[in-house]
Amino acid sequence: MSAQVSAFGDILLGGIFHAAVLFLVAAGLQLVFGVQKIVNLACGSFYALGAYFGITFVNLGLGAGMPAWTLLPLLLIAGLLMAAIGPPIERLLRTVYDRDESFQLLLTFALVLMFQDVFRFVWGANPQSLNNVHLVYGKLATGDFSVPVYNLMVIGAALSAAVLIGLFLKRTNYGRLLRATAENRAMAEALGVNVRSVYSAVFTLGTLLGTVGGALVVPTAAASLDMAVEFVIEAFAVVVIGGLGSMAGALAGALLVGLIRAGSLVVYPEFEILAIYLIVIGVLLLRPSGLFGKPAT
Amino acid sequence: MRHGPALLLLAAAVAALGLVPVLAPPFYANLLVPFFGYAIALLGFNLLFGYTGLLSFGHAMFLGLGAYAAAVMAGVLGVRQFEIVLLGAALAGLVVAIPVGYLCVRYTGIFFGMLTLAFGMLMHSVLFKFYYLTGGDTGMRIPRLRILGLEFAAYNKLELLAGPFYYYCLGLMVVAGLVMWRIVHSPFGLHLRALRDNAQKALYLGVRVRQFRLAAFAISAVYGAIGGAILGFRTGLADPELVYWTHSGHLVFMTVLGGFTSFLGPIVGALALTLLQDQLQSATQYWRFVLGAILAAVVIFLPRGLAGLAADVGGFVGRRTAGAA
Repeated sequence: MSAQVSAFGDILLGGIFHAAVLFLVAAGLQLVFGVQKIVNLACGSFYALGAYFGITFVNLGLGAGMPAWTLLPLLLIAGLLMAAIGPPIERLLRTVYDRDESFQLLLTFALVLMFQDVFRFVWGANPQSLNNVHLVYGKLATGDFSVPVYNLMVIGAALSAAVLIGLFLKRTNYGRLLRATAENRAMAEALGVNVRSVYSAVFTLGTLLGTVGGALVVPTAAASLDMAVEFVIEAFAVVVIGGLGSMAGALAGALLVGLIRAGSLVVYPEFEILAIYLIVIGVLLLRPSGLFGKPAT
Repeated sequence: MRHGPALLLLAAAVAALGLVPVLAPPFYANLLVPFFGYAIALLGFNLLFGYTGLLSFGHAMFLGLGAYAAAVMAGVLGVRQFEIVLLGAALAGLVVAIPVGYLCVRYTGIFFGMLTLAFGMLMHSVLFKFYYLTGGDTGMRIPRLRILGLEFAAYNKLELLAGPFYYYCLGLMVVAGLVMWRIVHSPFGLHLRALRDNAQKALYLGVRVRQFRLAAFAISAVYGAIGGAILGFRTGLADPELVYWTHSGHLVFMTVLGGFTSFLGPIVGALALTLLQDQLQSATQYWRFVLGAILAAVVIFLPRGLAGLAADVGGFVGRRTAGAA
């Protein structure tokens, strides 16, 4: 296989891996926006929380003698455990549900500030990372092109999450309740839906997607204090491109952003982030509801 | 004289600010210089947020624009007069605000916020990535400038900031405040409030909604750029952090802390946050946490901010004394 083809494969898979993680966080953002109409700036902080705690949890687990192959289950459990912060934060947000959306946005911004120092307090200012433990699953190689199996597993996990969320929303009773609440909160409430518990569940699920996404990315990238504020902007680009509140949009948007990032890093690095914002602005101007969103009212 | 007591209070506040360099150590005057920059920027920001009902989450781009315009004019083109630099910064703000605003004001609510955020981050990535033009993450230097044509050669930078430049900014803030007061109490300001409360109705009554929104956006950008030029002059630096989205968040924070429903609220918020941040930073390295907690508390319990609280307390005391008489 020629070097060019393998370089192309690297870019493609790197982009898809990034897209997989982006999709998880963006899906959480979409769920919360779709049902609760809140743009959650703190979703990047959930992602960072998952990443930091994932490192601690894996180090604890492997230190306690767990075999190396338990890395992925350990990370998933770490993400699940951290989702426990969802309900108390939802309880805090409940105080401003009836207010203007700017207050909701600001309250999540307050959370971003607070989380920043929680990370600094618990994990310190230096970036944390796991040293290549993810190579325990080996590499898949053809010719001079190779990819860590772990990356493929994460891509698989994100895809299964996409399918599961889709089935959950379309096929289960609770999913129908969620969609009904998203469509018309007052009517759902009048028909006996317990909106409070739905909101709490949705927000927790959104948190979970963020923390799991963070935990899964951490074997391949360091957890740092900047990751929360940087990632939320990218996740936000994904949902704007895909359409606010749309799951299919989150998937398409994540793929687009992931591939553009990976591609422009090679072709023209100055263009990397720039290209994403140009697309975001283009989409907002030409089709403000996004590629898959319902037209804005 | 409905405004009598309030005007007296205001004059007293300005006089107190004027006494700071005389009575307090230069540290405090120097600390308050960015407050003046923020106060001017937020006067403009609140024309957009409080009076027109458009929450911009990318407004820091105009502060950055002002600072970079100052850096280009003073550092690259060699302009030596701060007044000309201010004029250039304001013009740069206006020139960028008109096309950006034209595109953004087609939307309101969360879409407006996201578009402004995207434009802000677009600007940030341009400043950050095009290293050979903008210095990238190290930013651009802003050299010391003449103010009112005077060199103040006998003053070092701190003395200049804590003395002449302090009064210069105080004066600038008062003028900016008076101009903004005229704007919001003009028929133009009334139009803005009308279209904020009910855009549909305003449209039927013949208000050209988009043009008015755009005008408010442009004015707020000019104020932002002037504020940014002041911030840049103080630090001697224009760097991309000025444009980052969290800085935009801080602008909203100050405005809500002070109270966006009142004319002076944003100024109160800028002062409160400047002093608070200074105190917290010297008390703990975890000052962001405390700031976040305060922001959360203000959002939940004091939606009208400190100015709203003051008005309530004032009203309560007023009623009590009136009842006693």
